[in-house]
Amino acid sequence: MLELEKNNLTREIEEFAGNYNNNRTALMPLLEYIQGKYHHIPDFAQQEVARVLDIHPVEVYGVVSFYSFLNEKPKGRNIVRLCKSVICDMGGRCAIAKAIEREIGVKFGETSPDLKVTLEFTNCLGMCDQGPAMIVNDRVYTKLDPETACAIVREIK
Amino acid sequence: MIPNDVTNTIHDSSLLFSSYEAGSALKKALNMTREDILFELKASKLKGRGGAGFPTSTKWMLVAAAKGDDKFIICNADEGEPGTFKDRVLLMNYPFLVLDGMVIGAYTVGAQHGYIYLRGEYVYMRDYLEDCLAEMREDNLLGDNILGKEGFNFDISIVMGAGAYVCGEETALIESLEGQRGEPRNRPPYPVNTGLCGQPTTVNNVETLATVPHILLMGGEEYAKRGTASSAGSKLFSVSGDCDKPGVYELPWGITINELLEKVGARDTKAVQVGGASGVCVPKSKFNRTLSFEDAPTGGSIMIFNESRDMLHVLKNFMEFFVEESCGQCTPCRIGNQKLLEGVEMIERKDYTFSYINDLKDLAHTMKVASKCGLGQSSPNPFLSILEDFKDEIFLTKCNGGV
Ligand SMILES: Cc1cc2nc3c(=O)[nH]c(=O)nc-3n(C[C@H](O)[C@H](O)[C@H](O)COP(=O)(O)O)c2cc1C
Ligand code: SF4
Ligand code: FES
Repeated sequence: MLELEKNNLTREIEEFAGNYNNNRTALMPLLEYIQGKYHHIPDFAQQEVARVLDIHPVEVYGVVSFYSFLNEKPKGRNIVRLCKSVICDMGGRCAIAKAIEREIGVKFGETSPDLKVTLEFTNCLGMCDQGPAMIVNDRVYTKLDPETACAIVREIK
Repeated sequence: MIPNDVTNTIHDSSLLFSSYEAGSALKKALNMTREDILFELKASKLKGRGGAGFPTSTKWMLVAAAKGDDKFIICNADEGEPGTFKDRVLLMNYPFLVLDGMVIGAYTVGAQHGYIYLRGEYVYMRDYLEDCLAEMREDNLLGDNILGKEGFNFDISIVMGAGAYVCGEETALIESLEGQRGEPRNRPPYPVNTGLCGQPTTVNNVETLATVPHILLMGGEEYAKRGTASSAGSKLFSVSGDCDKPGVYELPWGITINELLEKVGARDTKAVQVGGASGVCVPKSKFNRTLSFEDAPTGGSIMIFNESRDMLHVLKNFMEFFVEESCGQCTPCRIGNQKLLEGVEMIERKDYTFSYINDLKDLAHTMKVASKCGLGQSSPNPFLSILEDFKDEIFLTKCNGGV
């Protein structure tokens, strides 16, 4: 990270935590914010968060490592999360996953080398009445088949 | 406003999905005493809709009576149980019903602040819900001296989950709100005494909160006329799988599985999973069981499997879910679920002995009593019920062309 970026990040973290009186209850919203903006929570950010909230950096790491939507390592700028729970699975999840893998050129569980796309499986998205379903970044897509799913991921490739 | 690709298919809208004028029940509530509200809730026999079925009037009474500098009300919108999506429909189509329920709850228990813990996967709803909250602030349904009630100050914030099913468990949810790993706590103490930041806290499911305004408008006794003796009122069922009309159904408690299958247009049904991955799998021979706290309870998830489905595969999918979602804090659940999954995989490879499978069943019973929270206590349910009720399908497989 460049010095300038670090300064910006520090300022953002201080400002955000300030709205919560630097109380630890700021931690989840703050981490969500950093993850959303930087697509991961770098070491430097974890240290700054710890400093501002007056907790040990390992406490921050412990939380980041617990939640599957928070990551220490960079992920793709676009994250595809395809539901693998039972109803979507019966609806053709496997064929859709294979088609997406061919389209993007990486496997589920991987990130493309240009850091553009990460493919992941996820558990039930609460869309079982209109599955198969997936979330791309913050947006949900339903009633997928291999062809429609590929058309969607092509946009972010 | 319905974002994106989501269609909310509602069938049989009897009560929760009837029209509701925002703020109407709240206006009525603020002219009642807390005792009167608790009395109506008690008369309604409302039990929590999040799964555990604890009487809502008792929970609110305990928080109202507890001593604390601060009190909190939390709307549990973590809806992560596979096959459940009714809270999504309520939040998107009837947000003011849920939010009014929260404000009424706050008035009843004496809370100054409320949180909606919204699962990360539902982030597409956040802006809409924030708009709803802003509208309520403008109309003085939130804020200071709500609707002119001197000294009743209350506001609501939305906090996003981050992809952990276990955070739906109420003490894990509280840990998460406090900026901790979402690991369930030992209980007692219960959140009604020692909840968020050590203060008395009520955690309620979205549907529970959405039911409260209707109860106050129609009267508790009237509400209790529906349903059965121990399961009063109606319930939202999230119906998915092999049927013509999946979606959310509002039906009185006590309906049989057969009746439900008829309604949703299910044919050739082999099995119905009641209560999500952690529920039980009901085979065709028991479709006369009723959906109720007395018989087959459910937080609302109904997944339908027809004759073409491979039940061992279904079971494997559930066990993979629990292995992933166990928080890892206690051994029976962390290791137990892995062992059960391995057992399923051995059966799949036809590389098992019955003595080992029976050991695993013993382990499953141990997990039910020795796990720290509801996840590990209920995750053996599908393992036990599917291996028992579908044993012919699973174990009587073809050998050399014969059976
Ligand atoms: C692993 C696990 C996950 C849970 N997930 C949810 C959930 O997503 N939503 C919910 O309302 N309750 C969930 N619960 C139940 C809550 O712990 C709690 O009982 C409920 O929110 C209380 O609300 P109620 O009394 O209105 O039902 C879960 C419980 C366990 C053990
Ligand atoms: S039962 Fe499972 S989820 Fe619950 S505390 Fe133990 S390890 Fe965690
Ligand atoms: S099973 Fe895929 S959304 Fe529920």
